Amino acid sequence: MPEPFEPRTDPDVDLRVPADRRELTARPATILAAIAAGGVLGALARAGLQHAVPHPPTGFAWATFTINTFGCLLIGVLMAVLGHLDGGPPLARPFLGVGVLGGFTTFSTYAVDIQQAIVVGAPGTALAYLAATLLGALAAVALGDAVTAGLLRRATR
Amino acid sequence: MTVLLIALGAAVGAPLRYLTDRAVQSRHGSVFPWGTLLVNVAGSLLLGVLVGWPAGPAVSALLGTGFCGALTTYSTFSYETLRLTTGGHRLLALANVLGSVAAGLAAATAGYAVARALTG
Repeated sequence: MPEPFEPRTDPDVDLRVPADRRELTARPATILAAIAAGGVLGALARAGLQHAVPHPPTGFAWATFTINTFGCLLIGVLMAVLGHLDGGPPLARPFLGVGVLGGFTTFSTYAVDIQQAIVVGAPGTALAYLAATLLGALAAVALGDAVTAGLLRRATR
Repeated sequence: MTVLLIALGAAVGAPLRYLTDRAVQSRHGSVFPWGTLLVNVAGSLLLGVLVGWPAGPAVSALLGTGFCGALTTYSTFSYETLRLTTGGHRLLALANVLGSVAAGLAAATAGYAVARALTG
């Protein structure tokens, strides 16, 4: 049986998934409000962690590194769970995936922190941070997806 | 006050990422995640401008931490890369990784340089 949730590439919105195509016309205000609310929560959590663990321009941005790798682990877990539930509750992906995790993780701070480390003359830190985040994030999302999907398969067998 | 500004920026940035992604996909049938690449590059450009300007704490909280932070995403980028890989599109996955990092860095550098040049 073909699963409508499975061909998804994009966790934010994938127009090849019928439910994603329909959701905005069906109830635009609810969907956008759920995304905005989740985005606010994710962004505030990110800002709180960055404030608690600041880094000098020449230093490794540990807070943002942790935020991005942990957020990638969680999107792997979340999408495996939602895929198992054939998409899950209609607002789960918009609120948790697009909103909370999309708002929590950040690409702009990643790019600018690398650029700033280069500007202040710390290319080694810039390269280490660039590679560590990239490899950490990709390993984390694969791990979150594989472990969760494996556990769910075992639980329902 | 800072908390409110971050919240306001994020409340606009996150839905704008979703709407941009939808708009790009409705024009492009491609499996390559152009929508996410676009928001990540645009957000990196704007944050580069804000850092180079340099913007004050209120503008940084609203547009930098809030708006750019929520507009851009690492989780979507990594999940798409995983899906491209497991879906047999290994070259597209590699192109997404290299393209996103290179374009994001180039955008941040350009935004920073332009802002520095304009503000002396």
